[in-house]
Amino acid sequence: MKTTISYPTKAGMGKTGSWRVFRPVLHEDKCIKCWICWVFCPESAIERDEFPKIDYDFCKGCGVCANECPVNAIEMRREEK
Amino acid sequence: MKIIDTANNIAALAAKMARPKVISAYPITPQTTIVEKLAQYVESGELKSEFIRVESEHSAMASCIGAEATGVRTFTATSSHGLLLMHEMLHWAALARLPIVMVNINRAIGPGWSIWSDCNDSIAQRDTGWLQFYCSSNQEVFDTIIQAYRVAEHKDVQLPVMINYDGFILSHTSMPADIPPQEEIDSFLPPYSPEWKLDVDKPITHGNIIGPEYYMEVRYDMQLSQMKAKNVIKDIDKEWHKTFGRSYGGLVEEYMCDDADTVIVASGAIGAEAHASVDELRKKGKKVGLARLRVFRPFPREELKKIAENSELIVIDRNISVGMEGAMATEIKAAVGNDIKQFIAGLGGRDVTHKDIIRMYELAKENKDGWYSVEVE
Amino acid sequence: MVSIKDLPENEYVLEGNAACPGCPITIALRTMLKALGKDTIITVPASCSAVIQSLYPKTSFAVPTLNIAFEAAAASASGIEAALHAQGKDDITVLAWAGDGGSYDIGLQALSGALERGTNFIYVCYNNQMYSNTGVQRSGATPYGAWTTTTWTGKKEKQKNLAEIVMAHDIPYVATASIAYPTDLYRKAKKAKEIKGPKYMEIIAPCPPGWRFDMSKTVEMARLAVETGAWLMYEFENGKLTFNGPSKGIIDGSREPKPVEDWLRMQGRFKNITDDDLKEIKKELKERWEFYRKKSQLF
Repeated sequence: MKTTISYPTKAGMGKTGSWRVFRPVLHEDKCIKCWICWVFCPESAIERDEFPKIDYDFCKGCGVCANECPVNAIEMRREEK
Repeated sequence: MKIIDTANNIAALAAKMARPKVISAYPITPQTTIVEKLAQYVESGELKSEFIRVESEHSAMASCIGAEATGVRTFTATSSHGLLLMHEMLHWAALARLPIVMVNINRAIGPGWSIWSDCNDSIAQRDTGWLQFYCSSNQEVFDTIIQAYRVAEHKDVQLPVMINYDGFILSHTSMPADIPPQEEIDSFLPPYSPEWKLDVDKPITHGNIIGPEYYMEVRYDMQLSQMKAKNVIKDIDKEWHKTFGRSYGGLVEEYMCDDADTVIVASGAIGAEAHASVDELRKKGKKVGLARLRVFRPFPREELKKIAENSELIVIDRNISVGMEGAMATEIKAAVGNDIKQFIAGLGGRDVTHKDIIRMYELAKENKDGWYSVEVE
Repeated sequence: MVSIKDLPENEYVLEGNAACPGCPITIALRTMLKALGKDTIITVPASCSAVIQSLYPKTSFAVPTLNIAFEAAAASASGIEAALHAQGKDDITVLAWAGDGGSYDIGLQALSGALERGTNFIYVCYNNQMYSNTGVQRSGATPYGAWTTTTWTGKKEKQKNLAEIVMAHDIPYVATASIAYPTDLYRKAKKAKEIKGPKYMEIIAPCPPGWRFDMSKTVEMARLAVETGAWLMYEFENGKLTFNGPSKGIIDGSREPKPVEDWLRMQGRFKNITDDDLKEIKKELKERWEFYRKKSQLF
């Protein structure tokens, strides 16, 4: 019997990091670990490690994290190449 | 136990004895007495089931889909405009491979409002992927509902089943029926064990976007399952016969077809009425038989082809595919490859008596056919 | 009061999904599911969320999810809930997750039916004020003056107030929220989970391509909607209406809302509104605040 059953998996659409034009870069020295970037990431691409850890395989580069960071600890840098 | 009751009350009893865990339905004439009865069974505690009193037939089918996808047996019933409103969800249920069982009381479509028998409602659902049965007696309604769960839930089928019968002619007419004890029904129909379900311990997503590289295989699998359903229906009919002593011939019930030079093909109440016509014509020495089409989907192509090898077919359709002809006639011609005689009769509840069927036979022998009582006669 | 740090780390919306960058829906759903947890079944009608899941045979949703026809989310939830109840699994939460098109418009009948018959579920309308999935057409939730691909010169009608229609069903819990206030949303979802019967939540979800703003501003837009009073956050529970966050002050008069122009001017969809349109929008907002001021005094 065949019907449209799908299984949960990361990378449903592949490594969506390739969609990115700007790359969020965290400056740990400024980070206050408020986790605002984590809670607002539309991609679940920020992990709560010692500092916020951005998963560049999947981050689509929307920049919500940088926009919301209360201490400007995240900088959006144009991707090279 | 022998009872005398209407097809609707008997359908409700059959549904109850199949032990659905969820029933969801919306009232429409002439289906109402089924859901009234089921509501009573549930409220009195006779049937342990959830009864969802939905606000439309569209929601009736949507909630049956939700329930069945959560792993339980379901039942619903409707008619005419109700069935038409469900149309989108009928496709959904079939593609989701959910073995929902539904009774549809055949009733004409408006405007003007007509509450009388006519099969255009169910014929319009022909391509949804549902199996379609057409019953000719109250006993057959009971037997088919129980059998339908076995067919639908069979691992080779896994498709929903629609059981049709004529509005008022069956739905509100009392006839005798033999009702087996619950234990015997229970051993014939074991509890439902779903092929897939929504389960928090094994999360899946059902029905998200599917690309062109996969879609055709899903459709193809439905087609294969409908083809396999032919044998499943026949086997279950035989098993029913062995257990309860009654058979309906599987897909097509043949009556005096063996030596017949002419076979009348009909379904539902007209199919029952044609028995009397055959008897009368036989008395006059006519070699006539009856092939009552019990199952319209999957279409019994091989069975009809075999019957047509030695006899001329007269097909009586209680439906019209406007712009073409009767839907059964089209399909039978495609199946048998012969020329046939074809009549449209009984639309909007116009009476079709055994005498009318004899008259159609006579007209066919005069090389005439068409809209009976409108353009011929 | 729960803080951001306290929110569970479990993720049920997986990385590498098909959402647009900056999508508000995944922000909302992540927070919702953090509150509801793994024992949740979702039903999703046609909407952006059907796309976000990714393509068969993969899914980015890690809780059981049923996709269903556009108008059928609430009805399918009734079926799921009935089947769970029949199996004695009343501890599982049923979440209908629909957009404004599927709630305000095509799904309204099924929603009303499920509320009236007491289905034990949470219905969430994530409101992006338009049919984003089909390419930004106007819906019953699109505000006056907004450009969409079916209102090229701006919508001439006001949006309807679906939450008021829902409250008329006298259900135990109605709440509105904004993705910019995740702890408020989390608290409301937790509360909804604990209440038996039909619960309705509506979340403002600013859509970057639909509203025409930069994708980094999604949360800012949702915050400004609240700070300008264009969106109100409240709870209606046991006959009591309570406003939350900045909405509280705007309704009781203790807080001056930011000028609505601050919100409108950031959105391409309001680019062509006239001074008269702006007056109309402001008038409408004043009337809405006044309506709720009176209502909160009544209840």
